[in-house]
Amino acid sequence: MQALTSRAKRVERKPMTLWERLYLPGIAKGMMITFGHIFKRKPTVNYPEKTRPFSPVFRGLQVLNRDEEGRERCTACGLCAVACPAEAITMEAAERLPGEEHLYREEKYAAKYEINMLRCIFCGLCEEACPKDAVYLSETFAPANYTRKGFIYGKDELLIPDPVKQPDEYAKALGARAPRPK
Amino acid sequence: MHPILLAMDWGLLLEKAVLITIIISVSLLVAMYETWGERKIAAVIQDRRGPNRAGPGGLFQPLADGLKLFMKEEIIPTSSSRMLFVLGPGLAMLTAMMTSAVVPWSSHFDLFGRHIELQIADVNIGILYIFGVVSMGVYGIMIGGWASNNKFSLLAAIRGASQIISYELAMGISIIALLMLTGSLSLKTIVEQQQHGVYYVLWQPLGFLIFLVCAFAECNRTPFDLSEAENELNFGYHQEYSSMKLGFYLFAEYVNMFISSAVMATLYWGGYDIPFVNDTAFGQAHGQNLLAILQAVSLFGKVIIFVFFFMWVRWTIPRFRYDQLMRLGWNVLIPLSLVNMLVTGFLILLHQNNWHF
Repeated sequence: MQALTSRAKRVERKPMTLWERLYLPGIAKGMMITFGHIFKRKPTVNYPEKTRPFSPVFRGLQVLNRDEEGRERCTACGLCAVACPAEAITMEAAERLPGEEHLYREEKYAAKYEINMLRCIFCGLCEEACPKDAVYLSETFAPANYTRKGFIYGKDELLIPDPVKQPDEYAKALGARAPRPK
Repeated sequence: MHPILLAMDWGLLLEKAVLITIIISVSLLVAMYETWGERKIAAVIQDRRGPNRAGPGGLFQPLADGLKLFMKEEIIPTSSSRMLFVLGPGLAMLTAMMTSAVVPWSSHFDLFGRHIELQIADVNIGILYIFGVVSMGVYGIMIGGWASNNKFSLLAAIRGASQIISYELAMGISIIALLMLTGSLSLKTIVEQQQHGVYYVLWQPLGFLIFLVCAFAECNRTPFDLSEAENELNFGYHQEYSSMKLGFYLFAEYVNMFISSAVMATLYWGGYDIPFVNDTAFGQAHGQNLLAILQAVSLFGKVIIFVFFFMWVRWTIPRFRYDQLMRLGWNVLIPLSLVNMLVTGFLILLHQNNWHF
């Protein structure tokens, strides 16, 4: 019969020679192979102690950004929610009251901003849709949780620390993917 | 006090009791760390890391495993034979521990003006005792499999029994060749002969090989672990067992491995003799007690090498099929050991006749 590919190998069905039937040489060969593996480098990464670096284009958890003065950038326009193909984003808008100018940059702000991390597909369309550079995807991912409710991230989880009051935490949370001021 | 009580050597009784306690706890400790070693060796052979979470290098893993086994629910199936069901694992453990009684762990201590032998009982039929007890070990498997009242367990028990009986024959015959050389059944005498001459593995390489293969079969280790073939019999004779009763079965296997390594080292590799060192001269120079400790360490080292070999083989060779197992036992090992015995006997006769026919 003609072989289907040029790489096909014929299976030998010759009776075993005495050397092969002795079986012990075969065992010794196998034992040497397994012994060699003892000294091989282990490919395992010791995860919690060591993490592998993410690729620069990795899209992780969303972050709600603030400006240099620590004011929330989001103006609750709802473009991210519209852009979201998984419909994971919900928000409620509120009007900025006099005396709250140091908290919110725009006149309207998001009183409630929730992303359901079980729905989110981390496509990054919210980041592209945002006209205020208020939301972007960071390099971390949502940690495990015990309840479904725990995966609905509110403003307290998403909002970045204040750069004026907590500069260290802010710098840590900002990450390499944050939109830089041009 | 009664004169008989006064006449008894109470020191000897105490000494033996302490020795038994030490040896049993050491065997259990070694068995515990064998489970750790097995997982570690399996891991490095398969390019993994193995247990490394519990304690440094995963050293507390056996404790965690033991705790887990104790905490598990104890289930005795209603259709099982209750008494035998409980007896099975106990018997497996008992026979595993009993073998250690005749193994000489070291020469002797000179402590408190006493001559303390580091052997529980130097019986002059030591090897026969080992064979007797090891044969009892099959009852643990047999009774466990039978009492479970489960088809798979019963099949596994039958497999285990027939395997152990078949391989015991070859093992016994390979030992006969060794006994023709030693002229003694006492393990202590055999070790002392090796201290003055060469290790018997040099005179009996084929005998040692047969003994090694049979020891694998007796311990139910891969490639002879047919009685617990998980993909055919889903765990075999201990399928219905849970909690510490299962733990006893698993533990008995590791104790067996430890003891059979010790027996192999004693019979063929000089036992507690320190290799490349003249033990008597060393004892006179540095004191008997130090020598005894070093000898025990030496035996321990040999045992660890054997245990590593057991594990190394387990993670290399796949399990035999049942017919292959039986063919190897009856068609290969028994004729080979018979030939070995005849050749040994012939050479010994020739030697006694000063190499004249």
